[in-house]
Amino acid sequence: MLRHVLQRLLLTVPVMLGVLLIGFLLMQVVPTDPAIVRAGPTATVELVNEIRRELGLDQPLYVQFGIYLWKLLQGDLGVSIINNVAVTQELAGTIGPTLELMFASLFWSIPIGIALGTVAGYWRGSVLDRAVTAFSVAGGSVPVFFLGLMLIWYVGFQWQLLPFTGRGGPLWTLEGWQAIALPALTLGGTFIAPVARMTRTAVLEVLSAEHVRTARAKGLGEGAVVLHHALRNALIPVVTLIGLQIGFLLGGAVVTETVFSWPGVGRLAVGAILSSDFPMAQGTIIVLSLGFIIVNLVVDVLYVALDPRMRGH
Amino acid sequence: MGVMQPDLLRIEGLRTVFKTSSGLVRAVDGVDLSVPRGRTLGIVGESGCGKSMLSLSIMRLVPPPGRTTEGRVLLEGRDLLQLSTSEMRQVRGGQIAMIFQEPMTSLNPVHSIGRQLVEAMKVHSGHLSAKDLRDKGIAALKRVRIPSPERRFDEYPHQLSGGMRQRVMIAMALACEPRLLIADEPTTALDVTVQAQILDLLRELQQETGMSIILITHDLGVIAEMADEVAVMYGGRVVERTTARELFEDPQHPYTLGLLGSVPRLDEERDRLLAIDGAVPPPFAFPPGCRFNPRCPFSIGPCRVDMPALREIVPGHEAACLRAPVENALAMEMPQ
Repeated sequence: MLRHVLQRLLLTVPVMLGVLLIGFLLMQVVPTDPAIVRAGPTATVELVNEIRRELGLDQPLYVQFGIYLWKLLQGDLGVSIINNVAVTQELAGTIGPTLELMFASLFWSIPIGIALGTVAGYWRGSVLDRAVTAFSVAGGSVPVFFLGLMLIWYVGFQWQLLPFTGRGGPLWTLEGWQAIALPALTLGGTFIAPVARMTRTAVLEVLSAEHVRTARAKGLGEGAVVLHHALRNALIPVVTLIGLQIGFLLGGAVVTETVFSWPGVGRLAVGAILSSDFPMAQGTIIVLSLGFIIVNLVVDVLYVALDPRMRGH
Repeated sequence: MGVMQPDLLRIEGLRTVFKTSSGLVRAVDGVDLSVPRGRTLGIVGESGCGKSMLSLSIMRLVPPPGRTTEGRVLLEGRDLLQLSTSEMRQVRGGQIAMIFQEPMTSLNPVHSIGRQLVEAMKVHSGHLSAKDLRDKGIAALKRVRIPSPERRFDEYPHQLSGGMRQRVMIAMALACEPRLLIADEPTTALDVTVQAQILDLLRELQQETGMSIILITHDLGVIAEMADEVAVMYGGRVVERTTARELFEDPQHPYTLGLLGSVPRLDEERDRLLAIDGAVPPPFAFPPGCRFNPRCPFSIGPCRVDMPALREIVPGHEAACLRAPVENALAMEMPQ
């Protein structure tokens, strides 16, 4: 088990390198010149050139990338071109709220998605099943920003039930919960549909397996059959797919954070990209990719925990 | 033989149908059978003859859209088809247990052997402590001659060989001392040597416990080895019913004759094996009259009109064939 985790950790090194390289190259193809952004609209050509030298932008690309990597290894992600604040410092302040938002979104949507999918799979073809399927298709087709704007318009603005801008405080306070409610409903709302659909498929497949017939032949009640035999086995593919989906959820977090002015990494990324703040944008890319890699690592570990066949002997 | 006792299980007019888009499929179509106490009834037939559906009908585990629409399944006089679902659950695994063809897939891969073993005991034996359950589980593994049962108890199905898994299935089935064991092709998926071991084990356990066995198979060798009585099924119906000895010595139904003719034998010189012409008709397209008539070398006009009922040809030997006993038919006309 430990060896498995270590192996996976080692594998993340080349993945991370690839992410860094692609992020770096993406910034190079953007037509904006960071030296001009830094110097401001009224700067002279000499000043721009000097800033370019200062930022190391006159060096060949591979040297720039090498310097970038070397600094990164020392924990230095550079400073924002816009406000001179260290990128690491800005990131440190935004990771917390993003984690909070992810947690608050998944906390309610995964159980509901799994429950809906199980019900639909067990009573396949029933009205319930059709309702869940229709809901999944509809829910899966609604864009995050649309759901967010609808919630803001009705719940936040028209009915004045919940706040819809910014963070209200830590999660253990009422204000914290009130402020995170709408963003978490938005982001989680888009997650229920795929989870429900995956669970339904997995449960359906397991229910027709022979070991489920064995369980029934032993005289187990339907509750035990569904929970201990059907759902327990169905969780193996579901967990894998949830892990993959969380990657897309990070993308959704960028939109949700922007719509709700949530002070997280996603909003920081959007701001940095819009203002051509290259070091900052690259920093957010690193954090979001790291998040994705960590989620996948967790999924791998969970997978082994759920499926004894994956354990080495 | 001691005093005549009533049969453990009697099946009367059992009918299980599937409503499908291609029509009503009569998987089990009016089956009458009885299983004597402490003995083995073999049910033999090709795939698709309804023998597995018959066993699932007894357990009331027919998968939807299948439904048992008619008949009675009397276990010691009590009709299982009339029980409530919770009463039926007590019967399953308690009085009637079942083992299946595929030991590879019949055990849940994510739970340990021990957990799956004690699951049934928890349902049927009331509250037992974890320690008692473990002890009983290990004892059950020991009983089916699994080596180092203490270690196996905590292992997972993928760590066991096919034969070992089938032993685990048997241990699970017998955990609650059932009166009847339904074994659906229990050795088909196993190696020949392992097959023999499993059959031996079943026989020994039957002698120990006095349970009855319904043994479902397509393998006449297994029938010869294990069964006291035999029912031959074709097209969802029982076409011949007698003792195992009688069946091999004096088969009456042309289908049974065909089956026996297709068994390779070492003590006879034969250029080629006999095969029954044609294939089993799909159950939504049974021919009118006797369902075997299109493949039957003895078929005559009336065979295509009336479905023959089981009738006694010689004492203790029933066949559902207008032409039985076939010796007479043979004497009248030589079929090609």
